Amino acid sequence: MSRAALLVLADGRFPAGGHAHSGGAEAAVKAGRITGAADLEEFCRGRLHTAGLVSASLAAAAALGVDPVELDGAADARTPSPALRIAARKLGRQLMRAGRATWPSAELDALAGRFPKGAHQPVVLGVVARAAGLGADDAAYCSLYECVSGPASAVVRLLSLDPFDATGVLAGLAPELDVVAQRAVEGARCAVEGGVGVLPAGGAPLLEIGAEAHAAWAVRLFAS
Amino acid sequence: MTSGASGVRAAARIGARPDGRGGTALPTLESGGPLALRRTRASGSEARVMLVGAMSGPLGGDHFTVTAEVAEGARLHVGSAAATIALPGQAKGEARYDVRLKVDDGGELRWLPEQLISANGSDLRVATRVELAAGARLTLREEQVLGRAGEEPGRLSSRLTVLLDGRPLFDQELSCGPGAPGGWDGPAVLGGHRALGQLLVVRPEYVTRPVEPRSLGEYAALTPLAGPGALVTAVAADALQLRRTLDEALRELDRGTG
Repeated sequence: MSRAALLVLADGRFPAGGHAHSGGAEAAVKAGRITGAADLEEFCRGRLHTAGLVSASLAAAAALGVDPVELDGAADARTPSPALRIAARKLGRQLMRAGRATWPSAELDALAGRFPKGAHQPVVLGVVARAAGLGADDAAYCSLYECVSGPASAVVRLLSLDPFDATGVLAGLAPELDVVAQRAVEGARCAVEGGVGVLPAGGAPLLEIGAEAHAAWAVRLFAS
Repeated sequence: MTSGASGVRAAARIGARPDGRGGTALPTLESGGPLALRRTRASGSEARVMLVGAMSGPLGGDHFTVTAEVAEGARLHVGSAAATIALPGQAKGEARYDVRLKVDDGGELRWLPEQLISANGSDLRVATRVELAAGARLTLREEQVLGRAGEEPGRLSSRLTVLLDGRPLFDQELSCGPGAPGGWDGPAVLGGHRALGQLLVVRPEYVTRPVEPRSLGEYAALTPLAGPGALVTAVAADALQLRRTLDEALRELDRGTG
């Protein structure tokens, strides 16, 4: 693997549109469930072990070469909220555009052709990681870091939270992120033999309920 | 049923098929240990079964399995007489409760059991797997209550997997209680709520006319799945509030106004 390629893909400035999404933090702030750094940490921790683990295992499985069409179907079944499915496909399409321009590959071309409106973002992420010469663990780490850094930077804007506090939350979660990344890769390796049904399927009721409420707002700062 | 130091293993089975006179027959109705099945009065073409007993289980180390198969054209309604309470047992280790449901083309299953209550000190893993043929109909309710009144919950993990025509339609898992992965009671997952539930409705007509997504108050949402299914996800302070939300949603879906 190339460590430099990993930094390029994981960089928040990689032009894949992630900055427009709060990962459910905007809805949680509005509902009063996130009021400061401590809530942000619990929010990110819950997200990490549920939606985060699911996304990371999908990304890792795609990076291992599991059929992305099967993975996209597994992602749909694990995303009961249509608002979140739409957001995931929108992000997938944007990442596909950036990924193809950065690391051209026949596999990316084929996936783009199969899902013109966008495949689920973690599936695209895994195939982009393959194209960049990265491994399943790299894909899992990229996915998990994004899963917590998105809400953290959104809450800085939404609550005027001190950016040092937000970064402190991310650093504090790092050991847990390592554990979840390992579980994601283990799940992905099981899926190579056992099919996509064995992948983790953790759900987070308040993220899903909040996403539907958020999608109905007339005015919002973030797309999801 | 077998019993030993490792806990109780028990299985109950239901098989439903058309009786040839416009109703549904139950050629298979096998109780097992604490899982007792009773046929109750039919409603129209629908056969009704009640799961009774099981008041004192599953305990740690127990492994219960309930299977229901609905043949083409049959209609089956399954309820339970009381809530199931997961309790700590003398045997070490987690208890398991597996539910295996299968519905053929043109068959209908209404699976509407009472709540599962996770008592303090218990450790239960529930796995529900539903296999639907392309033209099958399903109404499935799942409710979990974390702890009896004023009590901290036990460890509970629950997975609900639905395959439609062999492909994944719905797959969700939740782990909560002591020892569960962090953040389960935080602002992304349960946010201090002690009752959670899902109502899943699968109908062939949703292929062309999916339900419209919408919020049902602050703590519940109705959403169309990526397939012919509708899901209500809800969290609530207690079992009563949760049931009220799911019942109201089910009435609307049954009226076709969901």
